[in-house]
Amino acid sequence: MSHESPQQVVEHLFRHESGKMMAVLTRVFGIHNLSMVEDVVQEAFLKAAQTWRYGQLPDNPAAWLMRVAKNKAIDIIRRQHLTRLYSEDLAQQLQAQADEAVETAAQFFLDTEIADSQLRMIFACCHPSLKEEDQIALTLKTISGFSTAEIARALVTNEATIQKRLYRAKQFLQEEHIALEIPIGNQLTERLEIVYAVLYLLFNEGYNSCKEDELIRRDCCVEAMRLVVLLSNHAVGNRPATFALLALMCFQASRFESRIGENNTIILLQHQDRNTWDKDLINKGFQYLNHSSQGQELTIFHIESAIAAEHCMAGSFEQTNWERMLYLYDLLLEQKPTALVKLNRAIVLAQLDQAGQALREIRQIEGIDKLLATQYLYSAVMGDLYSQVGDCINARKLLQQAHELTTSLAEKKLILEKINQLEKIHLS
Amino acid sequence: MKEFMFIFKAPYYEDLNLSAQEAESNMYKWINWVKQLRSEGVYVEGRPLMKGGKIVSGKNAVATDGPFAESKELVGGYFIVKANNIEEAIKLTRGYPDFDINGSIEVREVMVVPKPAEA
Repeated sequence: MSHESPQQVVEHLFRHESGKMMAVLTRVFGIHNLSMVEDVVQEAFLKAAQTWRYGQLPDNPAAWLMRVAKNKAIDIIRRQHLTRLYSEDLAQQLQAQADEAVETAAQFFLDTEIADSQLRMIFACCHPSLKEEDQIALTLKTISGFSTAEIARALVTNEATIQKRLYRAKQFLQEEHIALEIPIGNQLTERLEIVYAVLYLLFNEGYNSCKEDELIRRDCCVEAMRLVVLLSNHAVGNRPATFALLALMCFQASRFESRIGENNTIILLQHQDRNTWDKDLINKGFQYLNHSSQGQELTIFHIESAIAAEHCMAGSFEQTNWERMLYLYDLLLEQKPTALVKLNRAIVLAQLDQAGQALREIRQIEGIDKLLATQYLYSAVMGDLYSQVGDCINARKLLQQAHELTTSLAEKKLILEKINQLEKIHLS
Repeated sequence: MKEFMFIFKAPYYEDLNLSAQEAESNMYKWINWVKQLRSEGVYVEGRPLMKGGKIVSGKNAVATDGPFAESKELVGGYFIVKANNIEEAIKLTRGYPDFDINGSIEVREVMVVPKPAEA
């Protein structure tokens, strides 16, 4: 984007810099001082806003902000020479001069350490004792600099809920004195799994929705990708699974623009204009996919990105290699035997002219009655399949159910069209 | 064209307890306003003032920390703009984002002092 106005540059800067500043300052003061760290970051931003608004932006606003944060940190160290304020790293030096503590703290502000601090912060936000929903909210807040309101919009909930999640998560980190560290050995592998899951969820929250608040959703996707790139550039994250996840995100993101139509309707894969898919992102996806094929590991992300790649390679929906898709979904099912994967596999079956079999398999999904009653996607897909096999009565029943269940206006519209279509078939 | 000074008086963002995001969006309004004035060719310069300061007064020129005016009357910074007359200058204040937060602008013409004729 070469036409960015200064304002846009600053806008991205605020969001990204806040995450960096949070990470570095938390490394200096310890996670038990998270609230104080937030205050320091906030003060730095207020100072920037107060200073830059008269018409003079610094040459390097990012460096300017970081310097303010650093100065404030050093101020605090000099002023409040108290044990409880420091991270373990600094506490040991308390016997020594404040100058030495300052020097150690200053090290954390070096460029080489900033990425490291951010990763530590990501690992802390993805602590296994936190609930998944809390992990996501905390990541968006501390790593990505989203406001409470923005998080609420991104996760389609209200601010009070997000505040509660953030409070709960911070309380836990502070009270349990969670260390800001990168786990090693088996623990690293386990923690990476959670980090992947959280970043993937973050991406999906941004991706799987309609035009309302498109901007904030795009930011979610961009953030998730930025953080996976950060992970892939660091020794601990430089592994095939990370590249597979990145490939998957690139393939998905390449369709970001194409999935929403003019009247705020969702355009299904089969109706998307494939010329509008972002070729650069698709190419990047294939590069990462290549990268991910080193080693023996075949993770869920490998399979899912292979599935996404199939879509990108097909000239049209009809030309999709559904046989290969079925093979890939069988592989995926072995590792991820979830209801959703089973549902998607059934959709592939239907493409291979086995709609009847697809319906039978969906009915066998464990807890399907509850899923149908609570999640619109299941009733929507089943309704579609019933209409394919010519069972208009069941098709209408399920589509109407889906229509009631979804909160998205775009989905409602799409389902209503299908119901109307059904009427026509029935009447003719 | 004459030059006018805009003296901005408004509470500091810290004192208003603005969130980083609120201050941020306020700053964009300022930046856009400056951009607008620049494009009209009337913006000459603008600078913020450091918070705090001293007041020096009395026969003995004693420096004190105040008393400063109320928080909302603190001068945060200034602009120099060009306009033909005070009415035009006042029109230029329309984009000022801080009217909402009890801010005000003192508009003063900068006097042109002729250089002494060369001897």
